Amino acid sequence: MESYLFPFDSLICMLLGISFTVWFTLLLVFIIVPAIFGVSFGIRRLYMKSLIKLFEWATLRMERGAKEKNQHLYKPYSNGIIAKEPLSLEQEIQDMRRGGAEPEFDMSDIFYFCRRGVESIVDDEVTKRFTAEELESWNLLTRSNYNFHHISTQLTALWGVGVLIRYGFLLPLRVTLAFTGVGLLVVLTSIVGLFPNGRMKSYLSDKVHLMCYRICVRALTAIITYHDRENKPKNGGICVANHTSPIDVIILASDGCYAMVGQVHGGLIGVIQRAMVKACPHIWFERSEVKDRHLVAKRLSDHVADKSKLPILIFPEGTCINNTSVMMFKKGSFEIGCTVYPVAIKYDPRFGDAFWNSSKFGMVNYLLHMMSSWAIVCSVWYLPPMSRMEGEDAVQFANRVKAAIARKGGLADLLWDGGLKRGKVKEVFKEEQQKLYSKVLVGRSRHVISVHSKCHQ
Amino acid sequence: MGSTSSTLLKIPNVEVLMQETGFSPAHMIRLHDRFKALDKEGRGHLCPQDFGAIKELAMNPIGDRIIGAFFCPGKETVDFHTFVKILAHFRPVDKNRPKEPNSPEPINSRSNKLRFAFQLYDQDKDGKISRDELLKVLQAMLGMQVTEEQLESIADRTIQEADLDRDDAISFEEFRKSLEKVNIDHKMSIRFLR
Repeated sequence: MESYLFPFDSLICMLLGISFTVWFTLLLVFIIVPAIFGVSFGIRRLYMKSLIKLFEWATLRMERGAKEKNQHLYKPYSNGIIAKEPLSLEQEIQDMRRGGAEPEFDMSDIFYFCRRGVESIVDDEVTKRFTAEELESWNLLTRSNYNFHHISTQLTALWGVGVLIRYGFLLPLRVTLAFTGVGLLVVLTSIVGLFPNGRMKSYLSDKVHLMCYRICVRALTAIITYHDRENKPKNGGICVANHTSPIDVIILASDGCYAMVGQVHGGLIGVIQRAMVKACPHIWFERSEVKDRHLVAKRLSDHVADKSKLPILIFPEGTCINNTSVMMFKKGSFEIGCTVYPVAIKYDPRFGDAFWNSSKFGMVNYLLHMMSSWAIVCSVWYLPPMSRMEGEDAVQFANRVKAAIARKGGLADLLWDGGLKRGKVKEVFKEEQQKLYSKVLVGRSRHVISVHSKCHQ
Repeated sequence: MGSTSSTLLKIPNVEVLMQETGFSPAHMIRLHDRFKALDKEGRGHLCPQDFGAIKELAMNPIGDRIIGAFFCPGKETVDFHTFVKILAHFRPVDKNRPKEPNSPEPINSRSNKLRFAFQLYDQDKDGKISRDELLKVLQAMLGMQVTEEQLESIADRTIQEADLDRDDAISFEEFRKSLEKVNIDHKMSIRFLR
């Protein structure tokens, strides 16, 4: 009996051995090597497109089928009450024109603003243009969230397969990559730290940082689109970005080299921090130093004054672990008086997993959650640099920058703070709407208006 | 999930409301949830600040006017009833509704939608849009982007085109007539999901 099993045993071992080798080779070739060189095979984008197609098809088919059979009960977990038209102001107004002649003011133009206003009263979240039943299935399939509820057997089956793939295949793959990325970061930066300070060291440090962040990006299957790269932050400046999730750092740092700012932590993060600072100067504060505003400002200004040092990456909202205090605004970074490079990061709401419910989940939980979702899709816009203007104080400047970021990234990112001058920000936005509208009217028919005003004189 | 009936019962006079507005039970529940979400202090009614807290509305050039449309003259608060009735204006027109001769016009009829828009212009509620009122709306929508002169000429031209009885103001009938070709149903309706 025993001798009977031995041949099979070694066969199984051999098969396992081969499959592991193949697995790791594939990993290396398709993920790690491209990360090192910063190229992309486009696999992730293809993956994202196929996912979307698959889910759209599944969603429509299933819900239409279910609709024919029975009445839907109200589902309390869906995100949207209304379907919003994503048409821009220009398009809407053009649609409303009777006869399509030159755009001039028409009393029906108020309908656009009125409708948008009431839409925001009913629902001020961005919802995709789906009907309710489709939104349900879509949410179920694309989000790895915890509020599963039964809609139909077919959908449940698909969801089940999805869970298996995500937790059985994607999660282990991603965790492996994450460990590789972080491990390499620690090891390589320590090695680079042994070099004498100079151009070689900065060059190597940049390469090492970029490579490791890229591996981490692949570990999350983040599909990022960068826009306006000509505005990328340069040395001697501060990069300011809106903060929607803890992985914002990885997303930005995989496309450029920044000096990080933060508090010194213990444990694994502390190890990473200490290793990173060996390769290039980051700014880590001790817990006691964080309270001292002047010290913080001085260290930041010193760093910025040295043109050989990398631009500082700051999230003005602060990496608040406790998200209930919505905006802990570090206006200190705007007092330093150097060029600010705003960056807007926007996550695609169709794959909604980026948002962190920090009151429920801790960081590790959150990361696991992220790594077991299908993908994270986001866009990054590099905005043109801004400086503080004459007569503007730090708070106003900060508001201006925030307004620019929120505008580019979409209204949903706008954060209010009770302490700041609310009126000022509101005016900036209203002005934008007015500008858009006036461009539609006056910009193209300036001659018409001036002809009329001549007639009326 | 759970059945709708228990949640519905929590809303006072919900049957009457549904009848008047034409919203389905699912809509009523969602609107009630939204009302509660806006009513951050749980007072059971909304005040202008609650509306003001909606970011997109605060950025809307005519946001203040829209908020004003919810509050009846003299009243400082909006209860759920009024909230839903105003929102009912934005329901798409029911094409299949039987025309009963004695029933009141539905809130979301074309005429009532126009009336709502008219109200946004006519702030003093005298039934006419005066030149001043038109100028104020233009100022709100265009701000500093256009000169005073241009604003005035736009206002003059608009009144010239729409004012048929030459009283230098636009009455509701004139307003309605000037917009007869516009697809009001599409432009003043919100697609409520089920």
